[in-house]
Amino acid sequence: MDALILQILNGLDKGSAYALIALGLTLIFGTLGVVNFAHGALFMIGAFCAVTLQRILTLSYTVEDPTRTDFLGNPLKVDTPYVVHWFGDSIGHGIIEWAVPLAILFAIPVMLLLGYAMERGLIKHFYKRPHADQILVTFGLAIVLQEIIKLFYGANPIPTPAPDAFKGSIDFGVMIGFAANAIIYPAWRLVYFLFATVIIGAVFAFLQFTTFGMVVRAGMADRETVGLLGINIDKRFTIMFGIAAAVAGLAGVMYAPINSPNYHMGMDFLVLSFVVVVVGGMGSLPGAVLAGFLLGVLESFASMNEVKSLLPGIDQIIIYLVAIIILLTRPRGLMGRKGVMEE
Amino acid sequence: MSKKFILNRRSVLKYGSAGAVTALATPYFFTRGALAEGENYLNAPKGDTVTFGFNVPQTGPYADEGADELDAYKLAVDHLNGEGDGGCLSTFSSKVLKGNGVLGKKVAYVTGDTQTKSDAARASAKSMIEKDGAVMITGGSSSGVAVAVQGLCQEAGVIFMAALTHSNDTTGKDKKANGFRHFFNAYMSGAALAPVLEKAYGKDRRAYHLTADYTWGWTQQASIQKFTEEIGWETVNNVLTPLAATDFSSYIAPVLNSGADVLVLNHYGGNMVNSLTQAVQFGLRDKMVNGKQFEIIVPLYSELMAKGAGDNIKGVYGSMNWNWTLPDEGTKVFVKSFGEKYGRPPSNAAQTAYAQTLLYADAAERAGTFNPCGIVGALEGFDFDGLGNGPTHYRAADHQCFKDVLVVKGKEEPSSQYDTLEVVEVTPRAQVEYAPDNEMFAGGDLGKCNPGA
Repeated sequence: MDALILQILNGLDKGSAYALIALGLTLIFGTLGVVNFAHGALFMIGAFCAVTLQRILTLSYTVEDPTRTDFLGNPLKVDTPYVVHWFGDSIGHGIIEWAVPLAILFAIPVMLLLGYAMERGLIKHFYKRPHADQILVTFGLAIVLQEIIKLFYGANPIPTPAPDAFKGSIDFGVMIGFAANAIIYPAWRLVYFLFATVIIGAVFAFLQFTTFGMVVRAGMADRETVGLLGINIDKRFTIMFGIAAAVAGLAGVMYAPINSPNYHMGMDFLVLSFVVVVVGGMGSLPGAVLAGFLLGVLESFASMNEVKSLLPGIDQIIIYLVAIIILLTRPRGLMGRKGVMEE
Repeated sequence: MSKKFILNRRSVLKYGSAGAVTALATPYFFTRGALAEGENYLNAPKGDTVTFGFNVPQTGPYADEGADELDAYKLAVDHLNGEGDGGCLSTFSSKVLKGNGVLGKKVAYVTGDTQTKSDAARASAKSMIEKDGAVMITGGSSSGVAVAVQGLCQEAGVIFMAALTHSNDTTGKDKKANGFRHFFNAYMSGAALAPVLEKAYGKDRRAYHLTADYTWGWTQQASIQKFTEEIGWETVNNVLTPLAATDFSSYIAPVLNSGADVLVLNHYGGNMVNSLTQAVQFGLRDKMVNGKQFEIIVPLYSELMAKGAGDNIKGVYGSMNWNWTLPDEGTKVFVKSFGEKYGRPPSNAAQTAYAQTLLYADAAERAGTFNPCGIVGALEGFDFDGLGNGPTHYRAADHQCFKDVLVVKGKEEPSSQYDTLEVVEVTPRAQVEYAPDNEMFAGGDLGKCNPGA
């Protein structure tokens, strides 16, 4: 039982990332009708916002310490971050330690601006072009963004730790009535799941309870009619593109301590997230979230040794297998609407 | 519309096939043309330079090691050409290298990115042989890549000086006459580690293996299992993980309830950094199982991995081919030379890359030719010292180097960012030696040297 709960936690954790990326993809597809293959790159850039802030906070000046020597026997060069110099040892190191959560504040404007620039600068020119053209141009854009990151940050993963308070694990079993040490789970992964839940909730609340959201939802249902009412729906959709980029970016920021960011990490998630969108139903926001968590949990169960001993290799194909079954039985996906991506 | 599409596809296939046939045929023409007049071997240098091909991962999970290897290769070229401080030319027991190039030719080099993928590695090695005229290819950082490139070099007729490759297969079932390995192997890691593990953790342990799913992971797992079972440990499970995996949480979670009290991570590079970090995040190192403290073992270490894994490495045992803190003269000279040029100590991947370049150059000088068969003759059975590993022997039967092996442990109180590992035992060469027909190295055939003529 405890093994099952562990895998459910793992699945929810993975599903959080899938759901956040798929949510952004669906927002863009539902509003602008664009299949955005650059969305994984936005997730990756979000993670690199955390790396960038960490580097900014650790900008240092160097002083030689004549009492100590380096590996060559020369006086040791000691780097002291300016933040530590300005705010003192404990506050300075505390700020550096909390670089990842602080990067949320840094990433929001960066991702909103990036999303806005992407939409206005490139993607808007492809609204009336076939989906194949949109896929090609956004995929190309993803590669360009990847290479830019590789140029500045190199090809290797960059360790980006969580704050010390969340570095270890917590006894989750005790919290739900199990014996001590039965279910130990990394603290930051639980934080990630909670964070994803809050972001997803906030996006839904924004669309459901604000006038802006109401107009966007109306535009998603019938763009022409909303336009005829004199509402500038294009402007709102552009803002939604920025919001979708910010959601992907925040997913990336908080993912940085789980897996050290590297320039290719967006591509690792992109294909799976598209499967999530299709399984959830093209254009359906609740469908994307539901499918994200569902596929995350299924993938985790498939990784259990008991399952793999019965079906070797199932952990590598489970998501695609489920996608095939769902699309055969429910061609529009779990919560897909009639008329979306249908001639 | 659909008819037109089908026709287009056919024409694409038709012209594509023609192109592929041309591409396949092209290397043959290159190969024939590359044979120098009067020199009956491939890519015999014609001018005043000789070209080496450095084929390392510059992207992918082993990119850190690849970058360090490349730096070491460039340093070796400097020393061979008489630039810099000469490095280990002064400590090398063979004294034929004078810092004036090799056989009177200045050493030039070309580089390639293996991407830690066999196909990409073969393609870049092929390009270096056929287009750049490389007379020797060296590199590695993944045994899958090393085995693939070694096979290619054997077919093409150039020497392959393997760098970072630890699979038993490289000099076991996949050994080739044109290939040579200075680095140690998984069998040696097992033989060196087991007695230290027995001393530290006792005879009654239950081990759970997570293993990278390719040749290196398989042979390392088999080797560690063999030697730990010989000291009385039980192997609870062995789970294969894809090389491209970055999130190991699904693989680590089952360990928690498996009854195992030791986790053996048969991972390397970025894989190992992620799996170890995540294992620690899951609280494995704080866990008590079967009345014992849970332990993690990383059988193959590198300084770069230790740096990437940070505090998680503390107290974790593993093995190495070499370490920059060794006290011998060869090590001191190499660390000084590398450190002054790059501002950091070299990794053991860098050391093997440097040593292999010097060993090849030395073999060419002693043989008086770059002909692969001359090089093979000069390296087989060669005894040497002064490159940092102590007295070393290149065995003729399988082209494997035999030398002492280091058992190391993550340092509890590091004094600097480079002071991450401490050598706990130098396992003597005799303890890690094996017969060429040992079952873990069985199969395959060294074959005959191929000069590419």
